Amino acid sequence: MSKIDWAAFPDVRGHFGPYGGRFVSETLMGALDELQAVYEQYLGDPDFMAELDHDLQQFVGRPSPLYHAERLSRELGGAQIYLKREDLNHTGAHKVNNTIGQALLAKRLGKTRIIAETGAGQHGVATATVAARLGLECVIYMGEEDTRRQTPNVYRMRLLGAEVVAVKSGTRTLKDALNEAMRDWVTNVDDTFYIIGTVAGPHPYPAMVRDFQAVIGREAREQHLKMTGRLPDALVACVGGGSNAIGLFHPFLADESVQMIGVEAGGEGVATGRHSAPLCAGQPGVLHGNRTYLMEDENGQIIGTHSVSAGLDYPGVGPEHAWLKDLGRARYVSVTDDEALAGFHRLTRTEGIIPALETSHAVAHVLELAPQMRPDQSIVMNLSGRGDKDLNTVAEREGITL
Amino acid sequence: MSRIEQRFAELREQNRAALIPYVTAGDPEPAATVPLMHALVAAGADLIELGVPFSDPMADGPVIQKACERALRFGTGLRDVLAMVAEFRKTDSQTPVVLMGYLNPVERMGYEAFVSSARVAGLDGLLTVDLPPEESEDVVGLLESAGIDPIFLVAPTTSEARVEHVARAARGFVYYVSLKGVTGSQSLDTSALAARLEGLRQHTGLPLGVGFGIRDARTAAQVAAVADAVVVGSAIVRLAEDHDGDADGFARAAAAVVREMRDAMDSARSTGVAASV
Ligand SMILES: Cc1ncc(COP(=O)(O)O)c(C=O)c1O
Repeated sequence: MSKIDWAAFPDVRGHFGPYGGRFVSETLMGALDELQAVYEQYLGDPDFMAELDHDLQQFVGRPSPLYHAERLSRELGGAQIYLKREDLNHTGAHKVNNTIGQALLAKRLGKTRIIAETGAGQHGVATATVAARLGLECVIYMGEEDTRRQTPNVYRMRLLGAEVVAVKSGTRTLKDALNEAMRDWVTNVDDTFYIIGTVAGPHPYPAMVRDFQAVIGREAREQHLKMTGRLPDALVACVGGGSNAIGLFHPFLADESVQMIGVEAGGEGVATGRHSAPLCAGQPGVLHGNRTYLMEDENGQIIGTHSVSAGLDYPGVGPEHAWLKDLGRARYVSVTDDEALAGFHRLTRTEGIIPALETSHAVAHVLELAPQMRPDQSIVMNLSGRGDKDLNTVAEREGITL
Repeated sequence: MSRIEQRFAELREQNRAALIPYVTAGDPEPAATVPLMHALVAAGADLIELGVPFSDPMADGPVIQKACERALRFGTGLRDVLAMVAEFRKTDSQTPVVLMGYLNPVERMGYEAFVSSARVAGLDGLLTVDLPPEESEDVVGLLESAGIDPIFLVAPTTSEARVEHVARAARGFVYYVSLKGVTGSQSLDTSALAARLEGLRQHTGLPLGVGFGIRDARTAAQVAAVADAVVVGSAIVRLAEDHDGDADGFARAAAAVVREMRDAMDSARSTGVAASV
């Protein structure tokens, strides 16, 4: 495995081994070629990169801290736990790293209208935010079910000037929002830029979103080296589509001593079938423009997913994760709704940080992993977002009326 | 000569354009599909496009989305659809049948298993809307060895260079998507169509079918004047919704629409109404 030149993937047609690629209707092929060309052009362009860095510093607030969670580490009695504080970014999650980048590309392409899908609403908010800042028209597609469980974010998007469309087809969650955004894009492809919120979709999205999110891992690597003089032993991140996880993992891929663990949503338990854990319990197939692990039935129909966190409630996963799983370079585990809730409370009470429910899945795994490691070892966990948006969901589950 | 080539050759002789109705298999119920296919043929259909229901029909508008949902209530899967093709073939050995759908059900079944069952069933073509030629090498090789035509799309946004590429991979006919949008959209621009088809003929000798946005006999006739085939989907599938579960009523209404389009198309060709396009 040490022979793999990680920077050479995906290949020119967007493949990570058998995964990835570009499976879309013909109408979009030209737009994807165009997007790939500008993305490749500007990624090597010093002016573009300077503008991106400027925005990440001045608008997002980067670099985000790498916080040593000393009290939690002590309580667990194992590895030292470091939290990469993406929750401190403007808009409260890692999502904005990507929307800033894609919006700059949209501007370069002269597009006047932005569309996006969203699950938890974090990507929708991050998209509506950059659209407001650049004065672009913005339409956000969100499953009707998710508009109900993430009402504060729906209101935030509307305040920012975005039109929020509640999608009523299929299972009325993230996958259906993505279908609807694709239908919009195919209809308005001339003036519209589709900002996909995770490392899924057709090439070049998985590579492009990864490259915009890799700032997380680059900073974390440097910060950890500076703080401890060594590399971390393990990286932990939650996986919905996989953008916060790949953002953390990617700059460490060549560091063989560093273990990587992605945490999927186990919902009511993988054995119940009510979960969102395609890497743990799915199989390869094609959806939303790429080949990857999916949750599907024996006829190849995509099946309904379940997770307490809207942002993980997705039947697919980014193709690079599918490949890393098969290669054994990263490991994927699942955490149930109840375990995630326990993680949510534990981090809140122990460190004074309220994590998003998505992030709480990573926390739950760290609670299990850290005690199995030695105090001279360390874990970097991606604290992908803050929990304000989830207060209603948590309260409701616990029988509290706000 | 494949059944599709054969059919287009006959139609060319007669100076007629092919009429290709699309219906979603299993809508409004699985038992209705084969009788419906025969009814469409009796009403003047030259080929049948049979939709494979999919849970996430990204390229389809609301009419076909709902048809998929109705069919999926019965669990209509790809194997069931192939069984319908086989059943249809028992009494119709002439009319080509093309499956239209999304790649994942085919992936799940496995390319080899699909192709061998499809050959036995008497399938003639496969059109997977989310499979561009770039990703299709494996399946195209298998399809060709079984005598099944891979059908590909060309869109208004397809560049000249890509047209060349698509034309090389395509067999049977080339399907021109007449507008930017999903199925069932309303804005087919027939005037731009003639010029575009003329351009495509520089790159391929295959018949050119036109679909997406053909809503009534008038549009069908206009398109028939310049294209080799007219594909009609939502305008027919919509009738299933109107007849809410009444399969016979749906079949009668669908046959009436096909017959009306057939007549309008044939008279457009024979009287040269092409001038109005
Ligand atoms: C805070 C947070 N973390 C994680 C995710 C999951 O997405 P991804 O796996 O792409 O990081 C989301 C998605 O909405 C989110 O809001």
